[in-house]
Amino acid sequence: MFATIKRLYHQFGSPRYFYDMTGKMLPWLIAGAVLLIIPGIVWGLAFAPPDYLQGNSYRIMYIHVPAASLAMGAYVMMAVAGVVVLVWRMKMAEMVARSIAPIGASFAFLCLITGAIWGKPTWGTWWVWDARLTSMLILLFLYIGVMALNMAIENAQSAARATAVLSIVGAVNIPIIKYSVEWWNTLHQPASISMTSSSMATEMLIPLLLCIFGFYFLFAVLLIMATRCEILQREQRSNWVRQLVENN
Amino acid sequence: MAFDNFAEFLAMGKHGAYVWAAYGISLLVIAANILAPILRQRALRIDIQRKIKREKLES
Repeated sequence: MFATIKRLYHQFGSPRYFYDMTGKMLPWLIAGAVLLIIPGIVWGLAFAPPDYLQGNSYRIMYIHVPAASLAMGAYVMMAVAGVVVLVWRMKMAEMVARSIAPIGASFAFLCLITGAIWGKPTWGTWWVWDARLTSMLILLFLYIGVMALNMAIENAQSAARATAVLSIVGAVNIPIIKYSVEWWNTLHQPASISMTSSSMATEMLIPLLLCIFGFYFLFAVLLIMATRCEILQREQRSNWVRQLVENN
Repeated sequence: MAFDNFAEFLAMGKHGAYVWAAYGISLLVIAANILAPILRQRALRIDIQRKIKREKLES
């Protein structure tokens, strides 16, 4: 088990192996994303019953919750990649970390905007400065900070080290977002589902789970596509990239 | 089906504007996320091909 993980770690540490392997994985991941998200959204929008309190506005949840989960999950992944960058100086981790930031930022933005649109009919306001909403906004700013730092430093390796420190320090915000609804009084409702239990009706829960898993597949697709661009850019002097580009 | 007809589906109770605005924005954000790496990959390939050609001419 450990030996396998170690071998995979070293194999995927090679940009060429990463490029070839992810090229083969992409069609399957795209299929997974489409086959999970489309039924999830159709089910959630048209077939799940209306909420007895909120009516139909709750259907925004099928975007809002997956986007929120992904924005946080992507950040954790970026921070882990940052640790790998700092400790093992792995070039591939630098490229992955750099590629995560704009994708994570767009999902954090999506979470905030759908949350605001959901908040208006439900709470009567687009925005409140409470713990959950504010910490989520900070997550978006952290992503933007990471992107800005990446762009400000010319040398890719120095940029990766600097952003790794920022993303690791910023990771303290993740548990704050997660537990904000328990630690402080907020307008935002607490989590309805956890790893082991759910207080949600099954007809509402299944499409939500489809959407959450589907969004993770979508994230994998987006991350791989962005990282492959990053590889082409940074490895353009190498023979294999030149051959690859020349051959088509 | 949670709705009796298509008009009711579009209306979403009183919340049609909110629900469809949220889904519309989501579609835009996801489409932009998909399009960006495709365009970048194309631009990168053209750029690298040009560099290779130039080097061949110089040598």
